[in-house]
Amino acid sequence: MTAKAPLRLALTSALALATGLPAAAQELNALIWCDHADPALLEPFEAAHGVKVNVKEYEGTAAGLAILDQSQPGDWDVMVIDGVDVGRAVDLGLLAPLPADQLPTADFFPALVMPENNSRDGVTYAVTEKFGYNTIAYDKSKVDPADMADMAMLTSGKYDGRIAIYDYYLPVLGLVGLSQGVATADLGAEALAGLKDPLMKLKAASKLVGDVVSSQTALATGEVDVLVGGGEWLTAVLAAENPNLDWTIPAQGGLRWSQSIAVLAGSTQPDLALEFVKYITGPEGQARLATSSCYWGMPANAKAGDVLTPEQKAVLRWDEQPDFIARSQLYPVPDAALDTAMQDLWTEMLQN
Amino acid sequence: MTIEAQESRRAALLVAPALIWTAAFFILPFGAMIWLSLSSMQGRAIMPGPDFGNYIRIFTDPSLRQGLWNSLQITLAVTVISVVLAWPLAWIIAMRVPARWQRLALLLAVLPFWTSYVVRSYAWLLVLGQNGVLNKALTGLGLAAAPLEIVATRGATLGGFVHFFVMLLTLTIYANLIQLSSNYARAAADLGAGTFATFRHVILPLTLPGVMTGAFLTFVLCIGDYITPQILGGNNELTLPQLIMLQLGRRGDFPMASALSILLMAVVTLAYAACARWLRMERL
Repeated sequence: MTAKAPLRLALTSALALATGLPAAAQELNALIWCDHADPALLEPFEAAHGVKVNVKEYEGTAAGLAILDQSQPGDWDVMVIDGVDVGRAVDLGLLAPLPADQLPTADFFPALVMPENNSRDGVTYAVTEKFGYNTIAYDKSKVDPADMADMAMLTSGKYDGRIAIYDYYLPVLGLVGLSQGVATADLGAEALAGLKDPLMKLKAASKLVGDVVSSQTALATGEVDVLVGGGEWLTAVLAAENPNLDWTIPAQGGLRWSQSIAVLAGSTQPDLALEFVKYITGPEGQARLATSSCYWGMPANAKAGDVLTPEQKAVLRWDEQPDFIARSQLYPVPDAALDTAMQDLWTEMLQN
Repeated sequence: MTIEAQESRRAALLVAPALIWTAAFFILPFGAMIWLSLSSMQGRAIMPGPDFGNYIRIFTDPSLRQGLWNSLQITLAVTVISVVLAWPLAWIIAMRVPARWQRLALLLAVLPFWTSYVVRSYAWLLVLGQNGVLNKALTGLGLAAAPLEIVATRGATLGGFVHFFVMLLTLTIYANLIQLSSNYARAAADLGAGTFATFRHVILPLTLPGVMTGAFLTFVLCIGDYITPQILGGNNELTLPQLIMLQLGRRGDFPMASALSILLMAVVTLAYAACARWLRMERL
């Protein structure tokens, strides 16, 4: 054997290996919220279609739109977006029309089809995939559950230093608005000015302002007993470890969040992107998304109930949804100027 | 071509890769960031400048100005406390711990570096929390009637930072101390200096390079960290890096994020200039 023989052998083996492998897998690029990053959600789709789903998490529509601004058309195939912001994305020409007849919306909870959000002039641009509530979560072994039915109790002095605020301005400002009798749909610049004092009062009664993980940890470890802005999405993953964690919609009402999924207008593989949307909104994808490791939430597709276990449905309070839906309002939908004003107020609250 | 010209050309070729690297990965991105900081947002569009509005807003908006102030206060406090705690620790390891145990002592000193900022901060939550180890011990021993409120305060942020940076400073000061000949102390004693005078006029000045190097590293790492104030401080006061993250992650305001980053770099540069001047580094 000459000195070059081992090298030749290695190259030949590598070539044989390379040709024996399947062609490079197709990739789908998804701009998502953290619940879609769960491998248990993505793997069935990847296996069924022989593709790799690349995900990038973002938080807040402004950040998501900024990412799209910095990207080339075609960089992203699908996007998860706050239900109330679908219209903004449509206005910007970012979303591709979806074939409504191929989407399983007939199986959805009727209130969650939300054509007013997901469609424009009869054309569907997005589809609701998950929903839940931003309201009051608490440890029922530490607080009087009856107090949690009235938001005024939070700033009465009884729970000072035992409250955490979820660090997301839209739902919490919406909740503070509801506590002042301002419906989320009426939350404009003038109404916002009136929320400064109650917001600062709430902050003064609170111990911390935390993101999902921080507020969840604070509630789970007993650092705080109440979380303003919490809900099933935060307590459900802890239910097995701490059954005392509970949530309620107070008399003043709560906020209902919903997230939608859409195909981006510049996608170079719209068919695959549509398949992903159909998987996510189908019963199996919905059940997996509802119980994602990042956070739980109600599936928009009622047929996911056939896939979820009775225990999972109990944690999600499946049977109580009609009442919850009736007593909750959608997120405020600020225009750019109001959004800036809201974020300024939120930053001021954090800094005080 | 003369020999001088050939040597000059060879030197230029040798330096070229470093210059190209620096230009590509520092000067150009830095220039882009300055350009971006002088732009402004109109809706979601970035409008090219020059527009100094972002810098003006940093110093006129109370929330942003307070962020700079918070960062400076926390960083200076952490640096001073860490130096005060690290110096005696380094001295004990270098002078009092037998040589064969010094390696183990140093290993213990660097243990905190083995975990990430996030894990370390959450670990501190379990120690300092209402139901944490510290409060359980204090109430169990009857030293406190009720659990102390430590988490979500500036004290918790300082504690988390100091725990980490004491170890960093211990290493840099130890490296300095271990090189000091014992003859310095003997010579001082021969000249009639007492223990404190020897420390004050001989040992301490000789360890200042280690102290200042560690202090500068502490300053840079502390002022740029947003995780510890967020987790341990309960997000109750915002620092500069937290404000930068807010601009990027929530507002999508890249020009303001760039302006705040330039300000952060300016503060670090000033700290470096002060350190260099203190150590007279230009003479080194």
